[in-house]
Amino acid sequence: MLSGWGRTAPSAASVTAPGLPEVVSLLVERAALAPRRQGLVARGMGRSYGDAAQCAGGLVVETKHLDHIDPVDPDTGAVRVGAGVSLDALVRAGLAAGWFLPVSPGTRQVSVGGAVAADVHGKNHHRDGSFCSHVSSLRLATPTGTHVVGPDDDPELFWATAGGMGLTGVVTEAVVRMRRVETAWMRVSTEQHRDLDSLMAGLERADARHGYSVAWVDCAARGSGFGRGLLDAGDHAEVDDLPPRRRANPLVPPRRTRLRMPPLVPPRIVNPLTVAAFNEAWFRKSPSRDGQVRHLAGFFHPLDAVADWNLLYGRRGFVQYQFVVGDKHRDLVRRSLEILHGVGAPSSLAVLKRFGPANPGPLSFPIPGWTLALDLAVGPPELRGALRRLDEMVAEVGGRVYLAKDGRLEPRAFRSMYPGLPELLAVRRRVDPDGVLQSDLGRRLQICEDAQP
Amino acid sequence: MNDAFGRPDSVLVLGGTSDIARALLRTLVADGSRRVVLAGRNPEALAEAATETKEAGAEFVASVAFNATDVDQAGAVVDSCFSAVGRVDLVVVAVGLLYDDEADGRNPDRVARCITVNFTWPAAALSRVAEHLREQGSGRIVVLSSVAGVRVRRANFLYGSAKAGLDAFARTLHQTLAGSGASVTVVRPGFVRSKMTEGRKAAPMSTTPEAVARDIIRGLQNGAEVVWSPPPLRLVFSVLRQLPESVWRRLPM
Repeated sequence: MLSGWGRTAPSAASVTAPGLPEVVSLLVERAALAPRRQGLVARGMGRSYGDAAQCAGGLVVETKHLDHIDPVDPDTGAVRVGAGVSLDALVRAGLAAGWFLPVSPGTRQVSVGGAVAADVHGKNHHRDGSFCSHVSSLRLATPTGTHVVGPDDDPELFWATAGGMGLTGVVTEAVVRMRRVETAWMRVSTEQHRDLDSLMAGLERADARHGYSVAWVDCAARGSGFGRGLLDAGDHAEVDDLPPRRRANPLVPPRRTRLRMPPLVPPRIVNPLTVAAFNEAWFRKSPSRDGQVRHLAGFFHPLDAVADWNLLYGRRGFVQYQFVVGDKHRDLVRRSLEILHGVGAPSSLAVLKRFGPANPGPLSFPIPGWTLALDLAVGPPELRGALRRLDEMVAEVGGRVYLAKDGRLEPRAFRSMYPGLPELLAVRRRVDPDGVLQSDLGRRLQICEDAQP
Repeated sequence: MNDAFGRPDSVLVLGGTSDIARALLRTLVADGSRRVVLAGRNPEALAEAATETKEAGAEFVASVAFNATDVDQAGAVVDSCFSAVGRVDLVVVAVGLLYDDEADGRNPDRVARCITVNFTWPAAALSRVAEHLREQGSGRIVVLSSVAGVRVRRANFLYGSAKAGLDAFARTLHQTLAGSGASVTVVRPGFVRSKMTEGRKAAPMSTTPEAVARDIIRGLQNGAEVVWSPPPLRLVFSVLRQLPESVWRRLPM
């Protein structure tokens, strides 16, 4: 049984984990010949929150053994890696020589293939764009053969794959351009903001001054403190920024994650009481301060401190709702928090960020504006209806929901959020005329209509 | 596919004209289920239920007629339902008929028919449904049992013993499906005021088809294996089940 990180809607499939890209190519090309064609999809580290990397009744191709990392080109920072390489492994391989990820999502526990398929973004999107803007080529196994594509080489297929959730083929290898860093440390300033307007204004100011920025919103606070939060902004530190004792070895790698959850799934630890207490504590422990020096790992990947924190949400699991709307529609940030409060389902963790320009990927999530990510435990009976209302409001103003986080969007809303969908479907007809590439997400959103009679 | 909240895209209802099934469908379709197959005995009632489902917003509705006394045909009926809609995310088994225990209980043919309609046919159909869902690697089954089957009482012993059989069958089927991607939820409503119970005196804690539908939907979201409707019946029956036979048979029900 496979499920996403949110542990909702599991399904069963045959699972295989080939060690060679050639075997992946064969599997994908032969999939159309299988007597009971039930589809095929790639799976990296299973960190999509919903049903993107599962394919009920079909074949799931795990990429974990495609794990080679070539040396980083010392001049350009380009590195050729297998699709199953985790960003954690890539950081460890590159950091000693002064190379860091060009784009870093909230966890290092995602594969390069998954980072491409979801076109992941990080705290530097406003300056540097999303992951695929730093990929110079992909090796992609499709039912009609294996292609090597890049932004200048079959750009339609390349960009359809960027954020395409694995529905254009199985990525087996990628060339990623890494970023040069002098140290493994960040210069970080933290600001406490008493309400949402102040927080959002702070984020706008920070974007102009810093390479990285993000805000955490306390969704449990009500009244005048509604939407209060912390703003973290940072830049890579140079050797001179470090305290003297750190200067001898400025490129220390991240510590290994040691904490794990106990083996038995505990009852739901995340509940309104613990959420309020946690948010209060987090807010208070972080007074405003400027220019602290923090390690990359703590700044970029706070969630990696506990290996399987998703178990905190108990048996029913959780969904994450992440949307983006243009600058003109920033009021939706407040409205969404109010709506969830209204149905008694305040988010346990909310992260706010501004995006810069989009890339050409038809299913790539980021567009310029405000993005808010909300972790929501499954349970409150009105939550599903509230999210459907939010879908409508987001779609209405030309915004969209992030598919890598999604497990519940409906086809109609999806189509209006992603007007570029026909481009993806055209690419699918070209490389996958029989509709072999399928996932539970693709079926749910009617991208894989060929699965229907 | 079922979404993160356990809401299905496509639904098959065996016994699609039952009041509980129709109430459940109205809610599911209003909430986004798009494709529905209705299977039932009476073609006119089926057509009516199909129209209602379309009006509630379903994009595709198919109907299949069957007779729950033709046990040999159960597998074929299920096959034709699946081929009408393709992948099925939720199968609701709502086949059943109440019998008059005073008169029917003494007639061997009617006893056999009651057990066939309420237990044998649904069980045969369920085994084929389970095969389809195993192959799909996903799907939920909702089986309408009854508190009448939890501890069978004299006043309702034909229907009750058939439901007791179905309840046990469905609960165990769930275990055999572990790891297959499919699962079974058994629903145990109390006295439901519906066309099936028309003319009968309502029992305490009676409920409505709409309320049962709401409880089922909550159960699907929570991944419940057993849904009591109304939920407090679970407590009531945890006591009733323990009563000694000498007390049980004296209870005025």
